[in-house]
Amino acid sequence: MIINHPLLGPRDAAEFVYLGDASLIDRPDWQADDAMEQFHAYGYLRENPAGEHKELWYHEQGDRSWLVVTRNTLTHEITAVELARDVARARGRDK
Amino acid sequence: MSQKNRIDGGLVNREKSVKFRFNEKWLRGYEGDTLASALLANGQLLVGRSFKYHRPRGVFTSGSEEPNALVQLRDGARQEPNTRATMVELFDGLYATSQNHRGSLEHDLLAVNDLLSPFLSAGFYYKTFMWPKAFWEKLYEPIIRSAAGLGKLSMLPDADSYDKGFLHCDLLVIGAGPSGLMAALTAGRSGARVILADEDFRMGGRLNSETLEVAGQSGPDWANNAVAELRSMDNVRLMSRTTVYGAYDHGIYGALERRTDHIADGAGKPRQVLWRLYSKRAVLAAGATERPIAFGNNDRPGVMLAGAARSYSNRFGVTPGQEVAVFTNNDDGWRTAQDLVAKGVHIPAIIDSRDSVPDIKIDGAKVYTDTAVMDTIGRKGVKAITLTNGKVIPVDALAVSGGWNPNVHLTCHQRGRPEWRDDLCAFVPGGDLPVGMAVAGAANGALTLAAALAEGHAQAAVQLKDLGFKVAKSDVPEAEDEPRNCAAFWHVAESKKRAWVDLQNDVTVKDIKLANTEGFRSVELLKRYTTMGMATDQGKTSNIAGLAILAEEAGKSVPEVGTTIFRPPYTPVPIGAFAGRSRGKDFRPYRLTPSHKWAEEYGASFVTVGNWLRAEWYTRDGEKGWRDSVDREAQMTRESVGICDVTTLGKIDIQGKDAAAFLDKVYSNTFSTLPVGKVRYGLMLREDGICYDDGTTARMGENHYVMTTTTANAVLVFRRLEFARQCLWPNMDVHLISTTDGWAQFAVAGPKSRDLLRKVIDAEHDISNEAFPFMACGHVTVCGGIPARLFRISFSGELAYEIAVPARYGNSMMAVLNEAGAEFDAVPYGTEALGVMRIEKGHATGNELNGQTTALNIGLGKMVSQKKECIGQVLSQRPEMIRDDAIKLMGFRPVDRSRKLIAGAHFLNKNDPADMAHDQGWMTSVAYSPNLGHHIGLGFIKHGDARKGEIVRAVSPVHGVAMDVEIVSAHFVDPEGERLRG
Repeated sequence: MIINHPLLGPRDAAEFVYLGDASLIDRPDWQADDAMEQFHAYGYLRENPAGEHKELWYHEQGDRSWLVVTRNTLTHEITAVELARDVARARGRDK
Repeated sequence: MSQKNRIDGGLVNREKSVKFRFNEKWLRGYEGDTLASALLANGQLLVGRSFKYHRPRGVFTSGSEEPNALVQLRDGARQEPNTRATMVELFDGLYATSQNHRGSLEHDLLAVNDLLSPFLSAGFYYKTFMWPKAFWEKLYEPIIRSAAGLGKLSMLPDADSYDKGFLHCDLLVIGAGPSGLMAALTAGRSGARVILADEDFRMGGRLNSETLEVAGQSGPDWANNAVAELRSMDNVRLMSRTTVYGAYDHGIYGALERRTDHIADGAGKPRQVLWRLYSKRAVLAAGATERPIAFGNNDRPGVMLAGAARSYSNRFGVTPGQEVAVFTNNDDGWRTAQDLVAKGVHIPAIIDSRDSVPDIKIDGAKVYTDTAVMDTIGRKGVKAITLTNGKVIPVDALAVSGGWNPNVHLTCHQRGRPEWRDDLCAFVPGGDLPVGMAVAGAANGALTLAAALAEGHAQAAVQLKDLGFKVAKSDVPEAEDEPRNCAAFWHVAESKKRAWVDLQNDVTVKDIKLANTEGFRSVELLKRYTTMGMATDQGKTSNIAGLAILAEEAGKSVPEVGTTIFRPPYTPVPIGAFAGRSRGKDFRPYRLTPSHKWAEEYGASFVTVGNWLRAEWYTRDGEKGWRDSVDREAQMTRESVGICDVTTLGKIDIQGKDAAAFLDKVYSNTFSTLPVGKVRYGLMLREDGICYDDGTTARMGENHYVMTTTTANAVLVFRRLEFARQCLWPNMDVHLISTTDGWAQFAVAGPKSRDLLRKVIDAEHDISNEAFPFMACGHVTVCGGIPARLFRISFSGELAYEIAVPARYGNSMMAVLNEAGAEFDAVPYGTEALGVMRIEKGHATGNELNGQTTALNIGLGKMVSQKKECIGQVLSQRPEMIRDDAIKLMGFRPVDRSRKLIAGAHFLNKNDPADMAHDQGWMTSVAYSPNLGHHIGLGFIKHGDARKGEIVRAVSPVHGVAMDVEIVSAHFVDPEGERLRG
């Protein structure tokens, strides 16, 4: 596969390390009343879509960017590649 | 033996005679021959024995689809089994042997299997060897295994080398037949970067095997001219002997190029190269494969595909026999008769299954219409054929044509599913093709020459336009649309004898019928039950006929039955090619520590730790075994001073205004409170609350920390920190860089360590206990101004330091430390002594942080701060992970002090039975403690902190050992920790 890195252009998938579902960005609030349940879901429950999937890839043999790659799990078509930091900020993660 | 079947013409070089050996016979052929054509030229029809029944078999095709003529090439370490004689280029001295016979090829003892065939039908093994059950392992399986298989491995390491390569292009053209050449010409002339790959050693595809003209030239001449034009273009790369074996995502193709297989001596060059081809677009022009018709005894040597017979006569100047009959269900078979007759070969009969046949006069041939071949006669070669009308015709070869199958394989490697075309009686590419792939020519069902040329041009033009190229004008050369009518005729129902469908796996029409009768009606089940299409040829000549017969039996149409799914590779790829250079010590990269050279000179033996080679101990004269060295190193370190290269621990430089806050998030304990110039031990958790990694982190400045990780997790921790920084806390001002390679770091441990360092560290730096106490850190200089970092940390439990210098000084630093330490009897120590001393101190490492244990388990429960957020904090508080009777890390010593402890032994209460229900925990690390004079161990045991002094049993059924051990503190040496503060 080829991942079109937003900063570096098309790169072979071999340069990357795969982590998994990009929902890992949405780490729950540790002080929430139901923090235990939320963290349980965060740690163990995943959607497994046949189709479009947002997932985390790490450009380990490159610039060490974490990327959110939107990939169709049926066709491997990649329709979007974003810097995970931008995605995290857009989802309202702060300090 | 003379070349009795050699005839005029062809593209072989008759000026260059080539000598080769088949079994014990030396034979001759010509440059340009394949092993198959040379064997045929010499009248060697019998080439091998079949897989299951050990039937005599000969050359069946002229290409990579060959199911029969599998031979073993070369000998010794270069011996290679199961190569297709049809793909082997002849060279001087080539040595080939036939396969799969016990005794000689002519008199195979296992041919008895053929007589047993009534018992050996599909599913035989499943049905027969089921009982008695105990017989399977000891009796049935060894016998079956020794009888099965084709060629033999040499069992020696492969003497050849293999390489890998990467290429990029605008347009990849797969196959250099008429449509592939036309596609490549169109793209090349338009200025696109083109790769043209073909599995043959001569480009041109079927043009080299046919007598058809292109633009008024002979097929081979036109192909030659096209190749010459392509070769003259800088933007075109021609890759002959290169099989594109797989279509992968995003325009990436796998290809295997055979570089020296056709040369007697490869002169050390890589034998094969595995290419990864990156294409923007691809034109698949893989051609078509002829299929046989199944009839009785259709597997005898001398029976071959009609198109192959044409190849041998037109391209190689070889006739398959002197009396060659043709059996066909289509017009193409007639051309074989025409071409052979034109070369003076006698064709006694043309048998066509159809009523209406082409109006072609073949000299000397009797034409039988609406007739089929029912049986062949002969043992090691066909001697006569019997027709459905009862007629017996003496022949020594039979050319069979059942029509042509487009080579759709690569179109299916992703989601493509072939579609049936009634007019061709064949599947053509369908469904979703790999993105960027277009199909042209015979592979796309354009089976005639004119159509193939036109489609090659047109498909390339479409792709080029899409890519933004201006397509140069290329006239499609004139050629004919030769007749291609074909009937759906798969097997001869009148045949009473066994009729082969899959020649390589010995699957007959009867087997397919049996599978259907027994309910294996899905095509995927049929395949697995009968093994049809599962041999090394993947059923290239057999699959479609097999499906058609199944369809007929099941009363369905072929498209209703469907096909099995084609997967890579298209043809076999040696494991050696996939491995490439990654073998032996290069299997994966390994790294050397900065002091490696010094350690080598001083007698170190090395051990792999992660991807590093580390000194495990340094042998001195007179030491008889590793224990002598390790005991001495550990003892001398505790008595005086030892030096160890600890560079391999991961070092991560962390800087930024939020560095302190960041560390509080990733460590379970707090680092923001750490004063500048101090070091703290840190424990990292996984998000699920399990221990992940540990190490020390030093605060070098207000906004500057240096973290160490374990050697094994250096890469993983860095990856996790980047994840935390970019994905979880993206607004923190913190930056990370790995400096593992930047700094050479040495542990200097033992009561004399300060004295030693005093000699090395420049005088202006005060390292007295008052100025530089336990857990201090700071910048110093050594040896007159070399920058260094000094950390007062201790893994051994002694007064100890770690000193880091820029990596390029590492080897010298090791030498300087040892020279300066000579007066104190300083000793270099390796990983084993390091391990002994850490066990003596009860420090956890990978054996204890094994992905199953919590902070509470290793006795660091209090280190998980409840006052701040950190990774793993929430889930570490799950009830099961904080129960009072949880396993705890403890020390263990044998009650009988002379006994050796065993890591992995499980603990049981004294009178409990040895089963998992009574399991109390397990031993994680053991060592002989030279300082205590007996073995000691660390381990986890339930509620261990409340059980000091208790005697339990340590049981290892694997070793057959059980012994009494006493639970003690994990801190065997200096439990109060006074030494390291001294």
